[in-house]
Amino acid sequence: MTIVYEARTGRHGVPLIDGVDKVTGRALYTADLDRAGALVGVILRSPVAHAEIIRVDTSKARALDGVAAVLTGADCRVAYGVLPIAMNEYPLARDRVRYRGEPVAAVAAIDETTAQRALELIEIEYRELPAYFESTDARAPDAVLLHDNKPGNVEREVHHDFGDLDAGFAAADLVREHRVCCAEINHAQIEPHACLAEFDPSSGRLTVQDVSQVVYYLHLMLARCLEMDEAQIRVIKPFVGGGFGARVEVLNFEIVTAMLARAAGGKVFMQLTREETFLTHRSRPQTDVVLKLGMRKDGRFTACACEVTQRGGAYAGYGVVTILYAGALLQGIYDIPAIKYDGYRVYANLPPCGAMRGHGGVNTRFAFETLVDKMARELGLDPFAVRRANLLRAPTQTMNGLMVQSYGLAECLDAVERASGWKERFGRMPAGKALGMACSHYVSGSAKPIHFTGEPHAVIHLKLDHDGGVTALTGAADIGQGSSTMVAIAVAETLGVGLDRIRVVSSDTAITPKDNGAYSSRITFMVGNAAIAAAQNLKMLLVEAAAKKLESAPEEIVCDGGVFRVGQGGQAALSFKEVVSAALIDEGAISVKGSFTCPVEFQGGKHRGGAVGSTMGFSYAAQVVETSVDDATGQVSVDKVWVALDCGRAINPLAVAGQIEGSVWMGMGQALCEETRYLDGLAAHASFLDYRMPTIVESPAIEAFIVESKDPNGPFGAKEASEGALAGFPPALVSAIGHAIGVDLLELPATPDRLLEAIGKRRQKAAAAARKQRAAS
Amino acid sequence: MHGSARPRKRLLRVEINGRWREDAVLDGALLVDYLRETVRLTSVKTGCDGGECGACTVLLDGVAVSACLTLAVRCEGRSVETVEGLLKQGRPSRLQQAFHERLGAQCGFCTPGMIMASEALLRRNPHPSDDEIRAALAGNLCRCTGYVKIIESVKAASEASS
Ligand code: FES
Ligand code: FES
Repeated sequence: MTIVYEARTGRHGVPLIDGVDKVTGRALYTADLDRAGALVGVILRSPVAHAEIIRVDTSKARALDGVAAVLTGADCRVAYGVLPIAMNEYPLARDRVRYRGEPVAAVAAIDETTAQRALELIEIEYRELPAYFESTDARAPDAVLLHDNKPGNVEREVHHDFGDLDAGFAAADLVREHRVCCAEINHAQIEPHACLAEFDPSSGRLTVQDVSQVVYYLHLMLARCLEMDEAQIRVIKPFVGGGFGARVEVLNFEIVTAMLARAAGGKVFMQLTREETFLTHRSRPQTDVVLKLGMRKDGRFTACACEVTQRGGAYAGYGVVTILYAGALLQGIYDIPAIKYDGYRVYANLPPCGAMRGHGGVNTRFAFETLVDKMARELGLDPFAVRRANLLRAPTQTMNGLMVQSYGLAECLDAVERASGWKERFGRMPAGKALGMACSHYVSGSAKPIHFTGEPHAVIHLKLDHDGGVTALTGAADIGQGSSTMVAIAVAETLGVGLDRIRVVSSDTAITPKDNGAYSSRITFMVGNAAIAAAQNLKMLLVEAAAKKLESAPEEIVCDGGVFRVGQGGQAALSFKEVVSAALIDEGAISVKGSFTCPVEFQGGKHRGGAVGSTMGFSYAAQVVETSVDDATGQVSVDKVWVALDCGRAINPLAVAGQIEGSVWMGMGQALCEETRYLDGLAAHASFLDYRMPTIVESPAIEAFIVESKDPNGPFGAKEASEGALAGFPPALVSAIGHAIGVDLLELPATPDRLLEAIGKRRQKAAAAARKQRAAS
Repeated sequence: MHGSARPRKRLLRVEINGRWREDAVLDGALLVDYLRETVRLTSVKTGCDGGECGACTVLLDGVAVSACLTLAVRCEGRSVETVEGLLKQGRPSRLQQAFHERLGAQCGFCTPGMIMASEALLRRNPHPSDDEIRAALAGNLCRCTGYVKIIESVKAASEASS
């Protein structure tokens, strides 16, 4: 197997600094922690999709031997939510339940059997209300409101209008519109949700160890919902078995576990089943997109109008941000003179959706790229040529105020066109086989954080002591993407020392500085820059100490390979350890920090919602997918993928390649087979057998190319690498299916039943055309 | 009715990672819970509600099985191996090293199961093809890697063994 990224960057990269722990079984995840003496926490869930809670009686459960605590909505006085403007959820439902599976009560008991028995003894009486499982039903004029302050069950409407739309469509040679529907999907990280909480009644302190991607939010929300002083709380992230956005928002079970621990005055462990983990999801919503595009004969885009409806589930969660992203990310990838966007985030009686890898942009990208492909076909243009006709020229600012400082999309296109043999093979493949292509992009962290406080976007602390080891303290959550390794490399490269000298401690709110965590692919850009800044500050101290010892000036000191000299190749040299000893003499153990702030001009447009989509740099990706489609069964297989990603600069090419492969594959899951299904609000998909994601058998070879456009503001020029390539897969595949068997698939995923329906339509159309021709002749 | 009929326990004699041990286990105890709770081998993960993900894969007499679908008492007199048992003097085996160096593990949650399924494969087929690797790992889900580097890791380990 060729390792293309190595050839491309000339560097292979390094394995993860915690990789050995993972392959030897030493890595401890939340469920692996020592829980001696811990009580077992369990949650009672609503059996109905929408109802008022009339009566709650927990007396029998409380009376059961071995039960330490029983909680209901009455114990939850404060609402929570990830967006300060939309906190409308309680850890346990009060007065009303809005989806099947919503937590209504919780128990901590000496063991699982007792805890489950106690749940059975809790009596709750419901008065059912009409429930809505589709956006259209929820928006019906006479629909009961899920939340009284949101008329029409619309959580947020967005209307954005940039450029002269009418003039744009008038200038087009071809205008086409289509409507696509993308199913709700799930993060389905393999580690089920789990939480270990300990409350010490004598000190009043709470310690929570948990699967979070953002320990800082969890810390904040615990303080809020438990009405505790933040200083009394400590949140620690052990190893985390994947996130993909599932664990960005604070989730009900985390708060409930902490509340149980406080109520019981001790330690409580809660692990959700796989079924419960599916319910507690915050994932990519079912999305309808109506997209209209104007194109000139030469492939230039003239205007785009897009309407998006997202079925967001029962509570706000990230909803407002998701519906804004869906519009904002129409920009920043191609040059489109006019864009109109209308978005509707709708409440429904289903578990709430939230952020998932490629947040907000994936389904609109699907609608956009597949329409481009169809229009290119109609105009007799090559899909690559159309993309090339619409490239941006960096640096530039988009109509909605997004800054594009580096832009490697042209190189990405070249790389996958060449590698896939597109010119020779496109349109010339055997029946049922074809190539398809698409482009995509994603932000490197949102330049305006959700909890805007005015503080820097990232802070790193470095500690250096007598042993000569450098410990980097970061709140950035490594959830498998390798962010701690990135921090170690950034520090080591800046200091000019080996990686073995660096330790990274991540995500313990008692020790590590506050960080906005693993979301919106922000860590490499923001935390990477902070790490470099911190290392530069440390280096300055060391250089000064070396200069003093070598009786020279700091400007004269050269540090290379951990050795300090006067001038390049100078005779007098000090080892790293010697310099550390010298530096400690006056002050003792050294602590320095570095921070990074996104300048205000990067924080988005002035229009309402303009902060969403704003970023310091976009990653760009192009990919070609080769598929085989069985016309008789509707079965689609993916034979090969070529993908190129512009990540600015690959700080760790090995990890970048891993992220590209993983994100493309996740896009493949959404495109091929993944979807949630609800029967009257009951999750019918809540296991790995029913929620079908690709196994290794269906997973193709993915050839990943790294393009390095060297972003002027990125750490060593780097941008994000984990999300940008995802959104290109579904349109590339569906376009390939179109080329393979001549169907126009407007839904995701491309399951055999959907394909057969599309094939049936194609046959009917062909038969009608034949009849017409016969009649005419 | 709490505690009226004490659930039956019996003495289990089993070889785990090369060491024999005896423990009292419930008749209905699952191997995964026995390994995690009693033996404290937490590399054996629980990723699903039973038989769906392969995160709990261990070797029973050299054959890969799902520990969440295996009763502990079924292992009487037999040998169980987990990823901890592949270490030699604390050093990762060639297969473990390959997963580390080739980034076959991202979040690492599927990894112990993935490595044990691969170990079973390599013992019976030291030089598998890509498709043989795919067939052997078909029951092990990974959400991070897209499997590309998992296949590369197994291949690298098999090549190193020639
Ligand atoms: S835990 Fe998923 S198969 Fe055993
Ligand atoms: S490495 Fe995360 S599930 Fe496989």
